[in-house]
Amino acid sequence: MASAQAQLPKSPTGILGLDAITGGGLPKGRPTLICGSAGCGKTLLAMEFLVRGATQFDEPGVFMAFEETTEELTQNVASLGFDLNDLAKHKKIVLDFVYIERSEVEETGAYDLEGLFIRLGHAIDSIHAKRVVLDTIESLFAGLPNPLILRAELRRLFRWLKAKGVTAIITGERGDETLTRQGLEEYVSDCVIVLDHRTTEQTSTRRLRVVKYRGSVHGTNEYPFLIDESGISLLPITSLGLQHTTTNERISSGIPRLDAMLGGMGFYRGSSVLISGTAGTGKTSFAAHVVDATCRRGERVLYFTFEESANQITRNMRSIGIDLHPWVQHDLLHFEATRPSFTGLEMHLTLMHKAINRFKPQVVVVDPLNSFVVADNVSEVKAMLMRLVDFLKLQQITGLFTSLTAGGDTIEQTDVAISSLIDTWLLLRSIELGGERNRGLYVLKSRGMAHSNQIREFLLTDHGVELRDVYVGPSGVLTGSARLAQEAQEQSALVLRQQEADRKRLELQRKRTQLEAQISAMRTAFAEQEADLLQDIAQEQMRETLLLREREDMAQSRKADAPANQHTGDPA
Amino acid sequence: MNPKRARSAPQRTQDTQPEADTWTLRLYVAGQTTKSMTAFVNLRRICEEHLAGRYQIEVIDLLENPHLAQGDQILAIPTLVRKLPVPVRKIIGDLSNTERVLIGLDLVSRKVGGDHATKETA
Repeated sequence: MASAQAQLPKSPTGILGLDAITGGGLPKGRPTLICGSAGCGKTLLAMEFLVRGATQFDEPGVFMAFEETTEELTQNVASLGFDLNDLAKHKKIVLDFVYIERSEVEETGAYDLEGLFIRLGHAIDSIHAKRVVLDTIESLFAGLPNPLILRAELRRLFRWLKAKGVTAIITGERGDETLTRQGLEEYVSDCVIVLDHRTTEQTSTRRLRVVKYRGSVHGTNEYPFLIDESGISLLPITSLGLQHTTTNERISSGIPRLDAMLGGMGFYRGSSVLISGTAGTGKTSFAAHVVDATCRRGERVLYFTFEESANQITRNMRSIGIDLHPWVQHDLLHFEATRPSFTGLEMHLTLMHKAINRFKPQVVVVDPLNSFVVADNVSEVKAMLMRLVDFLKLQQITGLFTSLTAGGDTIEQTDVAISSLIDTWLLLRSIELGGERNRGLYVLKSRGMAHSNQIREFLLTDHGVELRDVYVGPSGVLTGSARLAQEAQEQSALVLRQQEADRKRLELQRKRTQLEAQISAMRTAFAEQEADLLQDIAQEQMRETLLLREREDMAQSRKADAPANQHTGDPA
Repeated sequence: MNPKRARSAPQRTQDTQPEADTWTLRLYVAGQTTKSMTAFVNLRRICEEHLAGRYQIEVIDLLENPHLAQGDQILAIPTLVRKLPVPVRKIIGDLSNTERVLIGLDLVSRKVGGDHATKETA
């Protein structure tokens, strides 16, 4: 299948998302059938294919209209920024309105549609068209008698289009049992796309499905699409699979002590972060910190808010010392404020996609997620968020979501059950202790990093969120005044310990002084004794010397002795 | 039967009047196909029978002049277009069904065409 896809040449539509689910566009040189009920965008899709072909891919096209005049067509698509007159002038597009009125035509015998062929062929040749749209060829059945001839001729037409090598779109009204009223799908077998327009919960959504694409893999789901001022855009997210590239880069949460809890470095870039908590626990404040930190790095943040206006958030965050206004002015931060009930889920998702593609942020904040949940559409919300998370991850955008949880025992359960999509989940909760309500924070999970398992108390101060030290009392983590009491107690104990140490230090000093005094006294005594003794020794030596000299003098005077050798020689 | 005769009678009188409008008929064909040839032959025969001396046939071969297809909104081949007298009428097919051709050209009334046809073929 993959090799077939590589071999089959495709003609890109240039329509956001459609090329993604068809693996590159419509089959080149073959007819494609687009069918659907009235008002689901068939003509527009075909026209966009043609205009984008002419403007972006240098493939001129022929639009053969059976239902609308060229003037009507030109007017209708002018609102999408397509200037058909200009394109026609530059020989990029030929518009041909085929007028058939059954009451004005009399059939008088055998006929064929050679006129249509010649007409189309002439239009194709005049601008060397590569693309052709026939909208809606089924009108022929209403306008001309003898369906048998028509069927044979249509079969011939599609063969002829293939032989011409043009990529063609044939549109058809949806029939009761069949895809098209006249069973055109029998003739066009290469690619069939069905458009649909449904209303659920008072919200209408257009959807597109590739029913068949011979020789190519394609997304098989129904993809919602949107028609707005820039044409059709499609959300093929679920076709993309789990092939995100990941990075080890970390980004700060803007709260140093929270970063410390998250392995010391903060969130992973491109991860999805959920901040959930009961009402008034400071979810938006945390988000504001992340926004502030991101903008400080010079990166861009797109902030989707569904409950507060941009001004309200800016004002409120100023009260905790975070001024977001400069970031808005520097075009680093952009608020998209809409009511959840403004449109359907798919439309929201599409609008978010478009906004993200336009602003190209590094961080996207959705505040809060669960405002989408009305009645029992939880599974749809989950599917939508999964696609949003996928989309963000694919683009390496960090997604920050807040979620309001109902108070009570299911605090670890988000309303929208998206926990499995979330990489880092911060849970904010009110801790009731000692007749007080205080705010606590813990990291419920954080994939791929060592993270703190402590419940931390935090305060919303005028300079932002401040995480406090942890005091664990007999009944768990101490918060609020209990923590303050604990702090005071520790403080006084510290003071006592310090006083004790001081006292001991003084005593030591005193002892040392005492000892040194003793030592010096003993030194003095010793020095005195030493001096006396030295004097005695000197006197003794002097006396000895004197005595020796006296004895020598005496012996000399008596001549008592000759030298010893003279004495022994003389007598001999 | 009378209304039908009454209707066709004035046409015949017009026929004899020298200032009668000339019918301009345009036959679109694509090459010398059997259908085209048949249509032309049939058209000549019908005109000679009903419009002798006051008709003008223009044959347009779309293979030679493809751009002319758009102007008269031609899809089917062969197509006969009655340009004059107004309003413009269009007839598709090889004109082998004479009765329908006459109806299409307003040479007989639509409502009673069936009776007329049976008479003609008989």
